[in-house]
Amino acid sequence: MSLLWLLLIPAVGGVLTWLVGARHPDWPRWTALLVLAIDLLIALTLIGPAVASGRTAWIASLDLPWIPQLGISFELNLDGLSLVLILLTIVLSLISVVISWTEITDRVGLFHANLLWATTGVIGVFLALDLFLFFFFWELMLVPMYFLIALWGHEHRFYAAIKFVIFTQGSSLLMLVAMLVLVFIHQQATGQFTFDYLALLGTKMSPSIAFWLMLGFFVAFAVKLPVVPFHTWLPDAHTEAPTAGSVLLAGVLLKTGAYGLLRFVVPLFPDAAHAFAPVAMALGVIGILYGALLAFGQNDMKRLVAYSSISHMGFVLLGVFAWNALALQGVVLQMLAHGVSTGALFILVGALQERIHTRDMRLMGGLWGPMPRLSAFGMIFAVASLGLPGLGNFIGEFLILLGSYHASVPFTVIAAIGLVAGAAYSLLLVQRAFHGQASPHPGTPEPIDLTARHLAVMGLLMLAIIGLGLYPQPVFDQVSPGLGVLKGYGAAFASASTQFAEAAR
Amino acid sequence: MTAAAFTAFMPFTLLGAVTIAVMLLIAVRRSHHLIALSTIVGLLLCCIALPLAAPASPTAVTPLFIIDGSVTYYAGLVFGSALVVAILSYAYLDGATQAPREEYYLLLLTATLGAAVLPASVHFAAFFLGLETLSISLIGLIAYASPRERAAEAGIKYLVLGGASSAFLLFGMALIYADLGTLSFARIGVLSHAGSPHDLYRAVGVAMILTGVGFKLSLVPFHMWTPDIYEAAPAPVTAFVAVVSKIAVFAVLLRYFILAEGQADAALRAGLAAIAILSMLGGNLLALLQDNVKRLLAYSSIAHLGYLLVALLAGGALGIEAAAFYLAAYAVTSLGAFGIVAQLSTPESGRDADRLRDYRGLFRTRPFLAASFALMMLSLAGLPPTLGFIGKFYLITSGVGAGLFWPVAALVAGSVIGLYYYLRVLVAMAMPVPAESAVAAPLWFGNAVIAGLLLLLLAFGAYPAPAIALIRMTVGATTW
Repeated sequence: MSLLWLLLIPAVGGVLTWLVGARHPDWPRWTALLVLAIDLLIALTLIGPAVASGRTAWIASLDLPWIPQLGISFELNLDGLSLVLILLTIVLSLISVVISWTEITDRVGLFHANLLWATTGVIGVFLALDLFLFFFFWELMLVPMYFLIALWGHEHRFYAAIKFVIFTQGSSLLMLVAMLVLVFIHQQATGQFTFDYLALLGTKMSPSIAFWLMLGFFVAFAVKLPVVPFHTWLPDAHTEAPTAGSVLLAGVLLKTGAYGLLRFVVPLFPDAAHAFAPVAMALGVIGILYGALLAFGQNDMKRLVAYSSISHMGFVLLGVFAWNALALQGVVLQMLAHGVSTGALFILVGALQERIHTRDMRLMGGLWGPMPRLSAFGMIFAVASLGLPGLGNFIGEFLILLGSYHASVPFTVIAAIGLVAGAAYSLLLVQRAFHGQASPHPGTPEPIDLTARHLAVMGLLMLAIIGLGLYPQPVFDQVSPGLGVLKGYGAAFASASTQFAEAAR
Repeated sequence: MTAAAFTAFMPFTLLGAVTIAVMLLIAVRRSHHLIALSTIVGLLLCCIALPLAAPASPTAVTPLFIIDGSVTYYAGLVFGSALVVAILSYAYLDGATQAPREEYYLLLLTATLGAAVLPASVHFAAFFLGLETLSISLIGLIAYASPRERAAEAGIKYLVLGGASSAFLLFGMALIYADLGTLSFARIGVLSHAGSPHDLYRAVGVAMILTGVGFKLSLVPFHMWTPDIYEAAPAPVTAFVAVVSKIAVFAVLLRYFILAEGQADAALRAGLAAIAILSMLGGNLLALLQDNVKRLLAYSSIAHLGYLLVALLAGGALGIEAAAFYLAAYAVTSLGAFGIVAQLSTPESGRDADRLRDYRGLFRTRPFLAASFALMMLSLAGLPPTLGFIGKFYLITSGVGAGLFWPVAALVAGSVIGLYYYLRVLVAMAMPVPAESAVAAPLWFGNAVIAGLLLLLLAFGAYPAPAIALIRMTVGATTW
């Protein structure tokens, strides 16, 4: 039942914050904090060992009838992978509320309602195991996210919001069609019309159909992740969104794409995914380099961080399609570390914009003088982003490269170049914004440094990134059973890729 | 006629009686409130009578009509939608002072009667009579006296084009009669099944019928009239044209398509598929350019009828269910959308509040109506948690199940294009409030109807199982 609460509390909380918003602008903020804190507590109680029994490794599950006529049930299941991603989601939402305290002053109730509903959708995506239910939540998180960008965003917010929705919706409808074809094929084979993930696993079909269906799923997740060439919505959406929106987008929404690849694409179509792996890994490597290159060329600080996300997510794609234990653990850690570090960078950019009213790095420089705390945090997360050992991103990228080395040496070598490029743009950001000569800001008062509220948030995120970097073992312990089961579903893939690795040696 | 037939036909007889009663009442006492109230009560009685009179098994009422589960369902949708339109009209016309308002309800009732018998028709004579009763009443409603600029023009346009389409329909029926010697759907099915597949008379006849029906359903390429009429008609009448007439004509098309299944030959299917694809793409593309909410919704309704054709083409139990569900979803959503336009408009101002800039800042000035309108748009766009999302899912399921590659591809493409203009409306409502606003003050009972529709939209959008159970019980249980 706690899984249902996990969803219901933010959903109902969203309505509540909207209603109290009419009274006083502070009420929705406190309500949202309270709601998310309760949700976090529930999620924390779920931490624990999973009962691995052959095909499953659920920590908790729930199955209620929903649309029995169409073989759809309200089936929620939680394994270690879902749990750590849900924890990340709730923590980042909580942080989003805190850092929006002074940034959002307009329609505060509706803002926090949308924030909570987006969180609901994302949690649902991580929990749903019925294919239709998954699609329902997948679409559900789109609408509040659209509002967050379109109503509280920056200059080109309408363009960015509509682009985001059209990209996501178009690809997800392709996924729906692929889902339905899979369901009908399963019905022809067994006579049972069902959207149940566990029933659909291992459905027999011809390789060419499997390939097209796999592609249908892949496109939806590739847009969300995003994979080059489906990435063009991301820089716009991230740049134009309010800070909280960017944090949620980068920290959480991108992870739903990676989660979808892990949970659905490879387990449902192991052979087709294996055949596709070279292409996918190539796309991942292209994303790493291309994202880094574009990040290097940006003047807008927020766009730089956005392009760096594309680069980081390239590693995730590479790791998923390497599909071995090391790479998968690396993928999970990379997701968490990217959520923390990129979220923190977006918060810092948001704080800077609130203070000096620009995101253009040509107008910055020498900020370390007036804002030492902000600049110091900026440097910490910039070097986290470039993969400095001791911080979380390093572990993730290192494990992914280690895993993908078993699958393909050339791709790994090229991907490793991405680390150098990452160092270049990260250090450039630090150098241009915080070091050097202070550029004059005529007429603007001396900017003030981070306040206690931001300091607390940044301190927490710093602890998280250091913790992930120095002692990631608890995370691995939590996710291993689930990953093991997933790896079992893609057994055909795994054995094939081991052979491949042996041949490479 | 047997007693069972009388009972089964009772709701329709009742509606006829209500119409006459209202007419007499107008002669006795001219009072807007009284007439509107008796219309609403009369329609409510018809809604209640429908499940009570529903026969256990299909009952033939003369060779012209049959009453079965699907009639109960579709006539229920027609009565329910007409009831909503009547209440919205009451709120809308309350502000009008110059024109006589009472006859409006008379036309509304006759149009509803024509629409309600269409799903029960199993004979070309009944089909044509129902359709003409509906169309002729609609001419009056569209041009209903008010200081509107283009009302008369729109009425004439509908008269001429509607007349032409009826002529096509009649000629098509005549050709089929000349060929097969019967007007009954079931007999046509049997005879054309037995006859040669390449029969010129029948092929031309079917094509002409399709033209006439395509006009009534405003499918591309017979859609030209739709935006003009939708824009010029009073908002509640637009709702009626967009919802009630479409449900009725689609229901009869469904019955004809299934009963005269011999007609469902490859050429007809290819033609319908082409019309469906053109409507989905054309409707959505043309809607992109609109700055008028009523015209935008007109083009969107063209696209939605195209979506519905996918279910018709899919056929089978799943297709019929999907069509029934989607029609209900479309009815709730369109009634809500046009109802909100009606709530914001007053007949005295010469035009409805239908320009996109009228909607600027609505989230601040009328938060309830704006939020409702936003949800209606999301439902039309097929996003959760609304009826439209489940409906579109149902349609795609039926299309994929029947292996309709191109129509499903067009449905997906159309949905993606549609997002742009539906979300544009939301953006407009979120903009700052303009200095002067032409928006009227809504009346409470109109808002209550909107709230009811919103409740249906969200409740069955989140938990559609009871609605599907109802469809299985009525439409699904029908043996065609």
